[in-house]
Amino acid sequence: MYKIIITFALLVFSSIATAQSDYNLPLGVTDISQKVYNLHMTIFYVCIAIGLVVFGLMFFAMIKHRKSKGVKAAQFHESTLIEIIWTVIPFFILIALAVPATQTLIEMEDNSNADITIKITGSQWKWHYEYFDHDFGFYSLLSTSPEQIANTKEKGVNYLLEVDKPLVLPINKKVRFLVTADDVIHSWWVPAFAVKQDANPGFINEAWTRINEPGVYRGQCAELCGKDHGFMPIVVEVLPEKEYQQWLDSQLSSVLLAKEKEQQDLNSGMTMEEAMTLGEQVYLSLCAACHMPSGEGIPGAFPALKNSKIALGDVKKHIDIVVNGVEKSAMQAYGQQLSLKKLAAVITYERNAWGNNTGDLVQANDVQQPANK
Amino acid sequence: MSTLVKNNNKKADIDDFDHAHDEKPRGIMRWLLTTNHKDIGTLYLGFSLLMFFVGGAMAMVIRAELFQPGMQIVDPNFFNQMTTVHGLIMVFGAVMPAFVGLANWMVPLMIGAPDMALPRLNNWSFWILPAAFSVLIASLFMPGGGPNFGWTFYAPLSTTYAPDSTALFVFAVHIMGISSILGAINIIVTIMNLRAPGMSYMKMPMFVWTWFITAFLLIVAIPVLAAAVTMILTDKYFATSFFSAAGGGDPVLFQHIFWFFGHPEVYIMILPSFGIISTIIPAFSRKKLFGYSSMVYATASIALLSFVVWAHHMFTTGMPLAAELFFMYSTILIAVPTGVKVFNWVATMWRGAISFEVPMLFAIAFIILFTIGGFSGLMLGITPLDFQYHDTYFVVAHFHYVLVTGAIFSIMAGAYFWLPKWTGYMYDERLAKLHFWLSLISVNILFFPMHFLGLAGMPRRIPDYALQFADFNQLVSLGGFAFGISQLLFVVVVVKCVRGGAKAQEKPWDGAEGFEWELPSPVPYHTFSTPPKVK
Repeated sequence: MYKIIITFALLVFSSIATAQSDYNLPLGVTDISQKVYNLHMTIFYVCIAIGLVVFGLMFFAMIKHRKSKGVKAAQFHESTLIEIIWTVIPFFILIALAVPATQTLIEMEDNSNADITIKITGSQWKWHYEYFDHDFGFYSLLSTSPEQIANTKEKGVNYLLEVDKPLVLPINKKVRFLVTADDVIHSWWVPAFAVKQDANPGFINEAWTRINEPGVYRGQCAELCGKDHGFMPIVVEVLPEKEYQQWLDSQLSSVLLAKEKEQQDLNSGMTMEEAMTLGEQVYLSLCAACHMPSGEGIPGAFPALKNSKIALGDVKKHIDIVVNGVEKSAMQAYGQQLSLKKLAAVITYERNAWGNNTGDLVQANDVQQPANK
Repeated sequence: MSTLVKNNNKKADIDDFDHAHDEKPRGIMRWLLTTNHKDIGTLYLGFSLLMFFVGGAMAMVIRAELFQPGMQIVDPNFFNQMTTVHGLIMVFGAVMPAFVGLANWMVPLMIGAPDMALPRLNNWSFWILPAAFSVLIASLFMPGGGPNFGWTFYAPLSTTYAPDSTALFVFAVHIMGISSILGAINIIVTIMNLRAPGMSYMKMPMFVWTWFITAFLLIVAIPVLAAAVTMILTDKYFATSFFSAAGGGDPVLFQHIFWFFGHPEVYIMILPSFGIISTIIPAFSRKKLFGYSSMVYATASIALLSFVVWAHHMFTTGMPLAAELFFMYSTILIAVPTGVKVFNWVATMWRGAISFEVPMLFAIAFIILFTIGGFSGLMLGITPLDFQYHDTYFVVAHFHYVLVTGAIFSIMAGAYFWLPKWTGYMYDERLAKLHFWLSLISVNILFFPMHFLGLAGMPRRIPDYALQFADFNQLVSLGGFAFGISQLLFVVVVVKCVRGGAKAQEKPWDGAEGFEWELPSPVPYHTFSTPPKVK
């Protein structure tokens, strides 16, 4: 309770609002976010002022003009002049607020002259970042362990706000975001940049930012996007320009390495054991969200894989579904998301786990054909 | 407003011809077949109270899950069903039927009409409601679960990605919509045709005025909702592509259609509140409502503006700058007529002779807390700020301030105000005061910290959250449980009052005005067979 009182006091009387707080908007690390913060505080103070006047008068009446004090009610009930006054004054207050708001908004919507373009694609329940100028990209998934969520392990400091691979950006560059989605509507939000942009499937939205300080900034998906809406955070690591360049170079060379690895995988096969181990990993991180760790799915929402016609039937059909997805359903096309080896492993896992013992071992080579179709 | 003239042959007026009508069927058939506006009003109010607790129970599940970080009680999919159905039930099952119930009871009494203009339609519009909500609640038990896409059911989450039971949701919303439209038609026809001689429009009580305007909003807005759910139905089951880019549609189109209904809907849930508050504040200030005509004009302008602000719910969807500016300006403009209303209430209290019976306590709490909801609404209307607030707990705080401490507090105020008239007994003032103070304190512990959570960055509709939100969430949950339990007191007070208590006089509140206070308490089954006269 003590903490709450302090918080109230701070919020109402603070003119020393700190940059980061647990109860107010962040000041943020961009010029825009700071303008938004100032606008927020201005309007907040205007509301407090109006509230003090109106509620002040009301409480005055409640204390002074009460029947128990023996007052007799006055009879007035009309005054055109007063009505006009209290229509016009709020009108001018609104205009005074609308002017800076309009200026800030015009700035926020100026997406021109960007130095870097990043394409952000939301899908259930992960983000994909594509560096437009360099033709490479990656998925960014929640890295908090399921045990922490299930309360069987202690929660880390960045519980639910941590990812396996953050978006990396440089400072002092105008970064343009092209935001879209693969399935339902998501919304990409990083409070420290004051950027929130809906990701609409089939359409591309624009937003931009220019970050002033290096650091790690965290946000979350802000539009209800299904079951795991609460579990698709955003992490942006902002580096000084030189370090950013180094990071970019290392990424580009590792992309080349991965391509070579893919070729090797095509020629060398996995053993059943290898495939099942890797397959289980992949399954738990991507597939289990809908099909459940037990492979039983959620009847009426997500189909079961255990004893399913597809997992027990034609391998080609199974591969096709995993690689290309199913149109008009929540089943995504994993062909672009996973390496051939991982695809082969997860399909093998699905065909042999939970008593699906088909004995089929799928190799990267088997997956390649439909993937190239 | 009008000064009333006592009718000199009141006895005859209450109960004259056609005594056969008094022989109502007994037991369940009385309620199933009734065409009496008072019975139907009671049915609506009782149904609304029931739904308030059903929706409330779902809120308790939500708050229990959010009591601590981590998943404890439900799984995320069920959590989404709870937030969705909680919203749908509270909006369509609790708040709207409560207002229709109050309109049924009070509009004929206030305008001196013998009943609603279309009594059989009235029966029908109530009795399809329980059917609609049975379907909605039953959908929760279907394989795959009930609606889990939020009460705003944005496509394509509510089409391609929705559970199999979505057809039931669509069907339920259609029936609720039909019920609302029929109710609205009835209220409009009643007000236009059955006013007592001499009661011109500008002499109507404020509650009648606000409901008159609300009914027009319903007739315009609800068919738009019906269109939206129908397109959801065909997109999901009949391969149309209204909201799918792959087939030439647009998911954002859904949001435009939904909010073209949704924003007037917000005012449908608050304009009758304004009417109730404008009735109660003068009664306990013993002073006439300040600025009656400006109140009427302010209500009408809020209603008109409500049709040109819908896209302020969609600032982050990627609208062009010009649209963002237009919707920002039109939205903050609503603060002007809303402000006029608040100022008028304060001016009504000014130099009155105020007393603080429970209806007045709820009305005063309404003014203050609704205004706080108005302030956060103003902040949300500023587009650059909305980019930060949108879809966070700041929004959740905002609309719960206007809907719980706004709409629901006004319904409570109205219920306490008219209970003596309905039942013929005074409610237990001590228990009712306890109910008020417990509600007031717990509701603020419940919703005020949500502002901070939202500003600090907690998105809405998430079943689990980061650790920095833990303290406030725990406090909010405690407030929620306390508020939920406090409402049981309301049931106790109402049941006690129906069963007995101190006899209520014809006019238990000395400052109250209107035809309803000229009638005995409890009100006879049939009233105003001959209309009363207005000076």
